[in-house]
Amino acid sequence: MKLMEAAVEKWSGAIQEVTIGAGADEGGTRTSTVRIGGAGALPFMDFEGVTPNPPVVAMEVWDCEPTDWPAALRAALGDRVKDPAKWARACVEEFGADAICLKLANTHPDEGNTSPQEAADVVKAVLAATGVPLIIWGSENDEKDNQVMPVCSQAAAGERCLLGAVTEDNYKTLVAACQADGHALIGLSPIDINIAKQVNILVSEMGFPLDRMVMYQTTGSLGYGIEYTYSIQERGRLAALGADKMMALPVICMVGQEAWRAKEAKATTEEQPTWGNADTRGVYWELATAATLLQAGSDIMVMRHPDAVRALKDVVGNLTK
Amino acid sequence: MALKALDIFKLLPKTNCKDCGCPTCLAFAMKLAQKQTTLDQCPHVTDEAKAALEGASAPPVRLVKIGTGAAALEIGNETVLFRHEETFYHPPGIGIVIPDTLSEDALAAQVEKLAASKFVRVGTNIEINVAAVDDVAGDADAFARTAAAVAAAGVPLVLISGDAGRLAKALEVTGDGRPLICGATPDNWEAVAALAKSQSCPLAVSAPDLDALAELTPKIVAAGVEDLVLDLGGEDLAATLQTLTAARRLALKKQIRALGYPFLTICRTEDPMANMSACCSYVAKFSGVVLTTLTEPEALMPVLTVRQNIYTDPRKPIQVEPGLYEVGAVTPDSALLLTTNFSLTYYTVEGEVEASRVPAYIGVVDTEGTSVLTAFASDKLNADNVTAFLNSDEVKAKVGHKKLILPGYISVMSGGLHEESGWEIMVGPREASGISKYLKTVWQGA
Repeated sequence: MKLMEAAVEKWSGAIQEVTIGAGADEGGTRTSTVRIGGAGALPFMDFEGVTPNPPVVAMEVWDCEPTDWPAALRAALGDRVKDPAKWARACVEEFGADAICLKLANTHPDEGNTSPQEAADVVKAVLAATGVPLIIWGSENDEKDNQVMPVCSQAAAGERCLLGAVTEDNYKTLVAACQADGHALIGLSPIDINIAKQVNILVSEMGFPLDRMVMYQTTGSLGYGIEYTYSIQERGRLAALGADKMMALPVICMVGQEAWRAKEAKATTEEQPTWGNADTRGVYWELATAATLLQAGSDIMVMRHPDAVRALKDVVGNLTK
Repeated sequence: MALKALDIFKLLPKTNCKDCGCPTCLAFAMKLAQKQTTLDQCPHVTDEAKAALEGASAPPVRLVKIGTGAAALEIGNETVLFRHEETFYHPPGIGIVIPDTLSEDALAAQVEKLAASKFVRVGTNIEINVAAVDDVAGDADAFARTAAAVAAAGVPLVLISGDAGRLAKALEVTGDGRPLICGATPDNWEAVAALAKSQSCPLAVSAPDLDALAELTPKIVAAGVEDLVLDLGGEDLAATLQTLTAARRLALKKQIRALGYPFLTICRTEDPMANMSACCSYVAKFSGVVLTTLTEPEALMPVLTVRQNIYTDPRKPIQVEPGLYEVGAVTPDSALLLTTNFSLTYYTVEGEVEASRVPAYIGVVDTEGTSVLTAFASDKLNADNVTAFLNSDEVKAKVGHKKLILPGYISVMSGGLHEESGWEIMVGPREASGISKYLKTVWQGA
């Protein structure tokens, strides 16, 4: 194939490789770990370079019952959502998640306002219930997160979890905690490539290693800003392949969280009789968001619906076989 | 590959005769480079220069039209590999593949489904805009009959068959509609190309690999068919995506004319989720005609939405219609929040209001698609245009109170706005994420 060879682009950089989760040999208790990044070519373009690590499919678990999730989603998850450990175990054993993304929603002052210790107990319970790597998000309340996250970090010390998120204005507390307890962390920057880079620089200036960082440039759902996320991630990937080390970090996408906010995912048949089957419409919406973002360059896809997880794992398999 | 002004200048007479209306040849070259004038304005240009310039100004990806009239599909003429570099110009056709083995009833149901695959998003219609008839039976009559039935749906057709005889039969009933013939292969191309030429139809071309394809297309062009579409597969997700990327790169960056055509993909994968994921990926990665065996609205709507999103022009902010929007079961006493018509701003606010489950109005002022702070800084959001909105018939008819919730970032305009409009101005949260709490706690009703 002469022309395929002529189409190859020579890239000078590659995505930083990052490992999440630590097994017994590294001082953790994980029975599996995930490795992301490492790609030296555009996503899935095997003819021009390797994508050594396929994208990881993680599932979102909350520290409290998410009462406002749409009916189709709640029906698929069942009563397990009342117990984070049970929920997490099902995600791994029944639905095939590669990692768990624990969201400490209930620590938010407007929600349960649970204490740092209570949150840490949930972290420990989820770690005990599964052997996969753990991603831990705060409640997106800076002040409360700065109290909660260090305690959770300590409770999971040595497990090399992925903790989020640090921002341009609030990073020192979480960076210090992750540094002390051997975790990786997520840098948050809403669809702005310059701020993304700035966050990475600030964090690495504190002596935090780049091989333990992941970027979250916020995720736009299909129909609600996915094109912004798509292009920001694509630009980031091109910068990384052009050897910009500060942009070469893997990317996490909160797919389920955003896709299930869309009308197209939530509307009932009564509300939208011409939109097709309401039981599966949200699954398609979540899956389409994920499949499209994979093409822009994404490394961890955090999903909600079990069927979307299974289907996305098939897609990843087909892309990387 | 578009030429730069200096490259064009080198080919001009350099006499500065002004016959073209420009003061100098360089000025004319600059206008040519920006496509503001045409080469025939210069009466002195040599034939060699003309050939060189016209060759260079031909688009690297040919624009191909399928169908006729208002419903015709135009694809190709793309200039970039990444939408942020400029934009993607011609949204792909997305269509359903209908086999010629269906019973009359099943076929009628399919055609009906096809016609019903229309949705409204962000004030725009998104719909299935092409349909393919698949020669499965190997029976010319069945193929022609199905083609005629599907043509009635009114969207451009794709006739999928490798057999010139059966294609000819179907073209007898659909040829006037300028369907895309799909298609030519290294084995059948002579007969199929002759058919495409005689009916003036566009032709899809496939070959085992890009090398064979690049050998085949010039032969077909020489045989008189120029409107080509490259059929790049679609069953194997990874291989198809790689071929799509490689072919577009070769056309745009290596000026391989033999691959400078729009692409077509057909996904027949049985698992609907895998099928839909593949179609979304092909839309994002350059396919110009995305054909699928999916028929259900819940599976097609996401693919259509990917097209809408990926083909929006990143150089222009997307806007929503200014006016009064309702979220939830509003009454005249419901809260009224103000925001701008930048779609991302609006949908963020709408999402938060919806999540709060407090019914409310959202007032959208035309700020030319800028966000709240930008609009305020550039005076596109000011006491005058907000007051004009508050005095509009729409607001008067629906809102029974005079309290406006202003985005927290522009609290500084509350005094002036109060004076101008006479409304009570409440300062809302700075970020949309605070709206839910605000509506539940601060807003105490009208």
